[in-house]
Amino acid sequence: MQFMRSAIVALAIGASTVASQAAEVKLGVAAALSGLAAQYGAAIRNGFELAAEEINAAGGVNGNTIKLVVEDEQGKKEEAINVYKKLIFQDKVLLIFGPTLSNSASAANPIAQAAKAPVFGTSNTADGITAVGNYIFRNSVTEADVLPVTLKTVVEKEGVKKVAVLYGNDDVFTKSGYDNFAKALKDQNIPVTTTETFAKGDVDFKAQLTKIKASGPDAIVLSALLAEGAPILVQARQLGIDLPFVGGNGVNSVKIFELAKGASDNLWVGSPWSASNDTPENKKFIEAYTKKFGLAPDQFAAQTYDALHIVAEALKKVQLSGDIAKDRAALRDALPDVSWTGVTGPFKFRQAVDKSGKPAGYDADQQPIVSVTKDGAYQIVK
Amino acid sequence: MLAQQLVNALSLGSVYALFALGFTLIFGVLGVINLAHGAVFMVGAYAALQAVVLAGLPIWAALIVAFLVSGLFGLVIDILVLSPLRKRHAPHLIPMIATIGVAIVLNSAVQGIFGADNLRFPPGVVPDEAIEAGGLHITAVEIGIILLTFAIMVLLLLGLRRTSIGKALRAVAESPKAAALLGIDVEGLLRKTSFLAAALGGAAGVMISLYSNAVYPLMGQPMLHKGIAVIILGGMGDIRGALIGGLFLGFAEVFAVAYIGSTMRDAVAFGLLFLILLVRPTGLFGKASERKA
Repeated sequence: MQFMRSAIVALAIGASTVASQAAEVKLGVAAALSGLAAQYGAAIRNGFELAAEEINAAGGVNGNTIKLVVEDEQGKKEEAINVYKKLIFQDKVLLIFGPTLSNSASAANPIAQAAKAPVFGTSNTADGITAVGNYIFRNSVTEADVLPVTLKTVVEKEGVKKVAVLYGNDDVFTKSGYDNFAKALKDQNIPVTTTETFAKGDVDFKAQLTKIKASGPDAIVLSALLAEGAPILVQARQLGIDLPFVGGNGVNSVKIFELAKGASDNLWVGSPWSASNDTPENKKFIEAYTKKFGLAPDQFAAQTYDALHIVAEALKKVQLSGDIAKDRAALRDALPDVSWTGVTGPFKFRQAVDKSGKPAGYDADQQPIVSVTKDGAYQIVK
Repeated sequence: MLAQQLVNALSLGSVYALFALGFTLIFGVLGVINLAHGAVFMVGAYAALQAVVLAGLPIWAALIVAFLVSGLFGLVIDILVLSPLRKRHAPHLIPMIATIGVAIVLNSAVQGIFGADNLRFPPGVVPDEAIEAGGLHITAVEIGIILLTFAIMVLLLLGLRRTSIGKALRAVAESPKAAALLGIDVEGLLRKTSFLAAALGGAAGVMISLYSNAVYPLMGQPMLHKGIAVIILGGMGDIRGALIGGLFLGFAEVFAVAYIGSTMRDAVAFGLLFLILLVRPTGLFGKASERKA
């Protein structure tokens, strides 16, 4: 009995000391956990949970534990707005991570900007997301940033002088990939021998490929989804075209090795994260993630994992006052100076501009990792 | 480049013709534009894929499996959908609309069972390497498609002209009522035709998915659109027309890409088709107007 009583007293003392010394830092997560984008949302939540668990296990930030308030925004604009209002005004979180889709971000981020609550996107790659204002951050790298680097790498490593372009012209994503490639080719002064198109559901690409072959390029720039990208690789090799292919995110998937088996070599792609990147941070992340969730991480999990670490770095420099408006402003001021080497490599912010050219939010300033396919695996090009 | 484009055009044209043969057969005999033909084409590809992956059958055996499975689907569609409509003397448009429903059911069912992802035949079921001769590249599958297309066309033509079933079929195509008066089992013949047309569609599904390396639930849809153009061009219901129409579309597409530009491909190919129909509204081999009247 005596023992019990002292134990209770000890517990009570312990609890009160924790309460007086350390607070909880509440961070909101607005992710699409249901609906069409749910496959991304799941990976996004996992990445945050893993990072929060690690940070808290290591003593938290300045002794404060991180508490995630996760809300489902269903991948819809209206829901994202509701979730933002709840997180900002009711839960009084310091910062909101999200939302999952660029579409929702462009609808909901102005609310956070108006309320002076920082937002940190981890998966929004569309243009203009950070043009909303100086409270909007993201660490997601856009195709507009990735494709020029991929192209430049191939040009340097393979001695490419001129390229042919092949893209799907009846799909928004492949068309926008083409636009980014076309701009990069112009910027880097690379002549284009011919530009060819195809349509969704085509079974035959040999007419275009034969024409491309005859135009004598050193590489083929390809903006396609897997469904057409894989047969294109196969048919190109069948026509005796052994040139490098430069691809976008549409063909950046391990499924290419199955769908274009035997013809998948020499495809160059760029991405902010790669499973084959064997830095110590990345190896540790993949191992911990696989152990905790029983499945391999993807690019979305990697970017959210890094995002929480970046915010934690900023929080280290913030003296929390308990006044939510002051603390949000302090966190916002601390974020742009963070540089962090995480699972996606060295990271820092770059200030974006709004439509009139005035400084606005912050984009990722990060080198994408360029990989080339060889023998059924991605090999990182150093 | 010209020689290679000729080879490309011949194989693409044969792809279209192979699809169109079964499609035009069912129209010629049943008078139905069977919009489920793309779906049975897809079912054939999945059946063969399962035969190769699960049962480890060689590709020629898988082709027979696809032929039978798709044929069976065609038979079931006929019994459940087309035959009741025939008995009620439904106007032409009704069976066509009904087959759209059948196509949606089949596409959704296959997507539910196998998923929406692209699948492919395991590498090595047919030789993947192209045969190179004098700077020309052609694959075994392409040669197979060209030969199969011509073989099926010749067999269908001979079958229709020389065999008694063929003669009965032509009688049914001419007038089901008169054929029935002559003691021909019209209903049975129509079922056999449904089976054969779907079976040919299934075989086409296997060959074309080997060619494009892509098996997916909606693979029949783009082919169906091209197939309609091909049989209209060739003359609805005409076997030779399916071949000529298919080859025409293949050549038009490939040469539009080669000499005009790939963004203009469909505009050129279908523009030509339109011009031909202006001159010959019944298609190249069509003489349907007096027969159907």
